[in-house]
Amino acid sequence: MNLTLKIWRQPSVDKKGKFETYQINDISADCSFLEMLDQLNEKLINDSNGPVDFTKCPVSFDHDCREGICGMCGLYINGRPHGPDSGITTCQLHMRKFKDGDTIVVEPWRSKAFPIIRDLVVDRGALDKIIQAGGYVSVNTGGIPDANSIPISKRNSDLAMDAASCIGCGACVASCANASAMLFVSAKVSQLALLPQGKIEAKERVQSMVKEMDSLGFGNCSNTYGCEAECPKEISKSNIARLNREFIGAKVCYENEVTRAAGGA
Amino acid sequence: MSKIESKIPDGPIAEKWSNFKSHCKLVNPSNKRKIDIIVVGTGLAGASAAASLGELGYNVKIFCYQDSPRRAHSIAAQGGINAAKNYQNDGDSVFRLFYDTVKGGDYRAREANVYRLAEVSNSIIDQCVAQGVPFARDYGGLLDNRSFGGAQVSRTFYARGQTGQQLLLGAYSTLSRQIKKGTVKMYNRRDVLDVVVVDGKARGVITRNLTTGEIEKHFGHAVVLATGGYGNVFFLSTNAMGSNVTPAWAAYKKGAFFGNPCFTQIHPTCIPVHGDFQSKLTLMSESLRNDGRIWVPKNIEDVEKLRNKTLKPKDISEENRDYYLERRYPAFGNLVPRDVASRAAKERCDAGYGVGATGLAVFLDFSEAIGRLGKSVVEARYGNLFQMYEKIVDENPYETPMMIYPAVHYTMGGIWVDYNLMTTVPGLYALGECNFSDHGANRLGASALMQGLADGYFVIPYTIADYLADEIHTPRMSVDAPEFVAAEKAVKERLEKFISIKGTHSVDYFHKKLGKVMWEYCGMGRNEEGLKKALELIPVIRKEFWSDLKINGELNEYNPEIEKAGRVADFLEMGELMVRDALNRRESCGGHFREEMQTEEGEAKRDDVNFAYAAAWEYTGTDSEPVLHKEQLEFKDIELKQRNYK
Repeated sequence: MNLTLKIWRQPSVDKKGKFETYQINDISADCSFLEMLDQLNEKLINDSNGPVDFTKCPVSFDHDCREGICGMCGLYINGRPHGPDSGITTCQLHMRKFKDGDTIVVEPWRSKAFPIIRDLVVDRGALDKIIQAGGYVSVNTGGIPDANSIPISKRNSDLAMDAASCIGCGACVASCANASAMLFVSAKVSQLALLPQGKIEAKERVQSMVKEMDSLGFGNCSNTYGCEAECPKEISKSNIARLNREFIGAKVCYENEVTRAAGGA
Repeated sequence: MSKIESKIPDGPIAEKWSNFKSHCKLVNPSNKRKIDIIVVGTGLAGASAAASLGELGYNVKIFCYQDSPRRAHSIAAQGGINAAKNYQNDGDSVFRLFYDTVKGGDYRAREANVYRLAEVSNSIIDQCVAQGVPFARDYGGLLDNRSFGGAQVSRTFYARGQTGQQLLLGAYSTLSRQIKKGTVKMYNRRDVLDVVVVDGKARGVITRNLTTGEIEKHFGHAVVLATGGYGNVFFLSTNAMGSNVTPAWAAYKKGAFFGNPCFTQIHPTCIPVHGDFQSKLTLMSESLRNDGRIWVPKNIEDVEKLRNKTLKPKDISEENRDYYLERRYPAFGNLVPRDVASRAAKERCDAGYGVGATGLAVFLDFSEAIGRLGKSVVEARYGNLFQMYEKIVDENPYETPMMIYPAVHYTMGGIWVDYNLMTTVPGLYALGECNFSDHGANRLGASALMQGLADGYFVIPYTIADYLADEIHTPRMSVDAPEFVAAEKAVKERLEKFISIKGTHSVDYFHKKLGKVMWEYCGMGRNEEGLKKALELIPVIRKEFWSDLKINGELNEYNPEIEKAGRVADFLEMGELMVRDALNRRESCGGHFREEMQTEEGEAKRDDVNFAYAAAWEYTGTDSEPVLHKEQLEFKDIELKQRNYK
């Protein structure tokens, strides 16, 4: 198939970007979207002669495992994070989802919390910072009792696994009009709140992670759930409800403790 | 006189590790604060090592090329992780896991290391559960297990088809905790381009900041490499696009011997190659072989009809199908180890019975399982894999058999290490897939995750102290020391060379060319003639690369072409060492199949008299031949036997 690509090009965070149009022909319907971009890049290298400006350099995009699990790839294609298919990442999108002669618009994730590094590559370090604020169980290596010493109901274990499937790609943020990271945060909070190992610090965790999220420039959740629709791992919005319950519970509990400590009721 | 010393502790095999731990040197807490450790790679081995060392009080710096430590390719492991818990009461034990791993590795691994691996396997499961890893459970709330990769016992713990992801996220979370505490400093989007050696000891690394292109120097009292495998030397593999040999190769050039480089695992159940533009291969968990039956048509006419689409696979009757694994290996059938299954597929395809557009595929058929178990059970077990297959191939595996073909997946070879996981350069360690030590010539399913976490959580924290105890008087070194400056200069010169060639072909062009040579002559079947041919072809491609490479863009900016150029430059040298090692090893063992060395039935023929050793190669210069050192493998607790899966 022959395609017209409109791709966001930007040399670095402090320079201006623009859409650039490229024509690419003879693309097989069986190849993946990223393999199509590989072919565009190969063409850009082969067609260039001497020093070239940034629009003639290969298009930069993040990717690594190319099997939908590492969470590194993420392109905003024709107005949708990860493009026109559901339950997949960009690297799993295949060209058979497009038609010969199509024009495809490719943009990076757009969010204040994700500054652009180059072209379609953004800095998602904010998501790591949220995990560092409490997305863990505080155990050191060694001295752990037998793994079967605490039975966990299959139901809770399965729900925890559903939430833990999050790959941290940031599509939820990119899909959200407010650039909220609630689905991401709620997935980690839920996973650990559902397991006895994570319960012990659940109250501190939820407060600390939400506080970090708010400080990093993510917007508020207004319950439109575009995040759930675009999540490549189909993480459920019910995790957001759980996060809210956990958060309110933690707040109430914390305020009671403060009152008690002050000698009140 | 060999320069290598394996440092295996004395005593009976079951007591070696305890003896070591009881007698190794320790570093007291106030001294740990004065010691810096560099860890390269944030996969299972690197993340678990950095977190554990940070908890102990060392200052850790950890590096990865991805945007986040959570992306490392351990994340793609699907099937599971082995441990000798014997929760299923089916006769498992530490000894049995040890035995199976040594036998599965075709008796080319070091007994003492493998025993320790089996011994610490149980602690890994405890650790991961405590971190909140949601392993599969039974209705009673206890952990579930499955049998995997031909094991006779159910010892594999799993988290759906995403075990690697869940274990890595566990390690990543514990690493994140240390980053927050300040004991570990994270450097993401960094390529580690050289290892700095001062007075014979590893003292640091040279890195390139991938966002800005800046070259940076970092000091450490010790350097730990956990950089994974080098399967991307073949261009097409199941590795991540960025997986590379560069830090390991830099270590090799600085004096770390390379162990068994030719031992490569070709995984039998991958989605077949479909075109020249293909960038990587996708693995389907081998758990599929628990219920799927592998076959090709019995009659060559049917192959032809399938290809021109006048016949559908399901219309070929039972008696006209060749279930070749069940035919050749009645005892293990479709569950034979990976190397055996891969070679058998190649044998059928080479004989002309392969299916699919290229003839390089075999069927993996679930119709019998769907009939026996019902579609819903098959869906519960493999639904996510079936969906993944359908997204890629656009065929529904519930209705028509899957097509699979072997693909490069894992490298058992790696940097040679002693029992302490130290390389031949003092203070330089190699962990996980990056080292050579535990899987011999073939790795069993669900053992890679086990080894990565064993090395990181439970081995390196002890063994590194034994070295660092003598380093407490070494002050932190300035990165302006001449050795750092010289290494930085060499790195910069090489990068500038990439840009200055201004040739006519992209990095990928050379990478694909190398990959074809490696796959053709050093892939599933190897012979003297082909290997010698590869030894002629690779230097020609290398020369062409260094005179005709074309890179757009600059050094001092985000430029993935520069990253790729560095990786491919190293693969072009690494490939040659693999071929040399394969040529030297005139025996068939595990993933290394020398066509001259097979039985009359076409099975691998090992030569224990001449080759019961680990090959450790010493670098002597890019254009001079490396020197071979041999670590003779002693089998005191396991009797050497020809593997037999019939």
